[in-house]
Amino acid sequence: MKEIGELNLPDDLRYTESHEWVKTEGDRVRVGISDYAQDQLGDIVFVEVPQVGNTFEKGQEFGTVESVKAVAELYMPLGGEIFSVNRGLEDSPELVNKNPYGDGWMIEIKPSDAGELETLMTRERYLKMLKEIE
Amino acid sequence: MRYLPHTWEDIKSMLEVVGVESLDGLFSTVPEGCRLKEPLSLPEPITEWELNYRMAGLAASMGAPPEYRMFTGAGSYEHHIPASVSYLLSRSEFVTSYTPYQPEMSQGTLQGIYEYQTLTARLLGMEVANASLYDGASALAEALLMSIRITRRKQVAISTLIHPLYRQVVQTYFAPTGFSIIELPYLQNGKTDVSMLGALDDLAAVAVQSPNFFGCIEELMSIGHKAHESGALFVTAFTEPLAYGLLKNPGSQGADIACGEGQSLGIPQSFGGPGLGMLASRMKYVRNMPGRLVGETVDLDGKRGFVLTLATREQHIRREKATSNICTNNSLCALTVAMYMASLGGGGFRELSRINYDKCEYLKAQLKETGLEISFESPTFNEFVVEFPVDFEKTYARLLRKKIVEGIPLVSYYPELVRHYLLCVTETKTKEDVDTLVQEVTS
Repeated sequence: MKEIGELNLPDDLRYTESHEWVKTEGDRVRVGISDYAQDQLGDIVFVEVPQVGNTFEKGQEFGTVESVKAVAELYMPLGGEIFSVNRGLEDSPELVNKNPYGDGWMIEIKPSDAGELETLMTRERYLKMLKEIE
Repeated sequence: MRYLPHTWEDIKSMLEVVGVESLDGLFSTVPEGCRLKEPLSLPEPITEWELNYRMAGLAASMGAPPEYRMFTGAGSYEHHIPASVSYLLSRSEFVTSYTPYQPEMSQGTLQGIYEYQTLTARLLGMEVANASLYDGASALAEALLMSIRITRRKQVAISTLIHPLYRQVVQTYFAPTGFSIIELPYLQNGKTDVSMLGALDDLAAVAVQSPNFFGCIEELMSIGHKAHESGALFVTAFTEPLAYGLLKNPGSQGADIACGEGQSLGIPQSFGGPGLGMLASRMKYVRNMPGRLVGETVDLDGKRGFVLTLATREQHIRREKATSNICTNNSLCALTVAMYMASLGGGGFRELSRINYDKCEYLKAQLKETGLEISFESPTFNEFVVEFPVDFEKTYARLLRKKIVEGIPLVSYYPELVRHYLLCVTETKTKEDVDTLVQEVTS
């Protein structure tokens, strides 16, 4: 497993306590799991994502990610409607391991309140939280 | 596993180790109101010999084969069990082994389950079978819950010709969930009426049993089409898997999930249990399958080996988010069924299936000849329904005194079917047995 110093945590993203990342793209936000999360889970074998059009509150479970040794729930970083899901993960869930911030993204949300984004952690705060966990 | 009761000395020394004075002290963390104050309401103890005497008396009060000629099926079938199955099963490696908590150490147990899964998948024509469940009824309930997980819909349509007790178990499973059940009525020909399916949307599953509770063979292919048109999964249930030696298997008829009871395949009737819940599905639904799965793999040296696979969906890892928290695999019974299928082989299985059909058709034809009404005209496998004349209860009682059980009355399950009896003939009945039955019924 990676040392904290080895983790790839881009500056332009926001992070959640449950290790999702969020990236703003126009009026939508893209969501995936952090390098830390994919590294902790190990080889990911299955990602279950919701149906497009479903609406969830912030903090609600929207899917699951399953690795060879564990299953973890995925939680909405912001409330809103599911705009699109990454179909590429159906056949290639390992993309989450290989490229968690690129091809390994999971869902796109149309946020109901874009202001909620500000409540999420910056890279610095997320890194501080990880250091406290370790 | 031996049962070794503790002596008071044992208990005293254990209490000393944990540092409490009495048993009540040990249970002090259990809230006061939850603790039992009075002794259990049980009869006084009796000796081993008194107990044996009592059990022998209870056993003698029952009618069971071979003393009785039972023309009953309805979910529990009398079949010959090859001596090879009984012998192999008596081996202590099989009888005494418990669930493999360090599974990869127990290659034999895993291989046994793997063989069962393979044979079951082939018999049912499905892509993947699990390691088994409790019984046919809970397998059906699990199949319906599985459909709900996959489709994310909240109601299911099930045929009233599914075994009545299975439907009760489904009701029990569904009662606390908020999911709803629509029962599909039956037609005069003894098949399920699926005409209302078009008007129902938001169905997670359409479930029928074939051969159904009246013994009739359902038109699975066309029901499956209707189910799929409404976006539902097609669940097929069975109580008599031997039928698939002769009939087209559920997989070839469009079933998404096939489930049912495996007692028929080498497990003694034993007054109703234990049975075996068989469950198989299409591979694309495997992650939503309840219970355990054994997979084949290779070790570091490339040698064949077996593992528990997709275990992350299971209750001991995923806890409340597991695919099911009310299941187990019935390993010894699954092994029995695997041994039974392997003993018969594909050819033997088909032949036995044919014998069941032929003998049952013989009884049906003989009864028809005497002028009796065969209630439903649809083709059947080894069971069918007959309507007997008024006053038949007397004949039934007379036959019972002659140790012949003339089917089971359907009126308690289907109140409209007064004097209708469900009869079953398996390979265990000879031509003489059948002829005697027909003579007695008409005399």
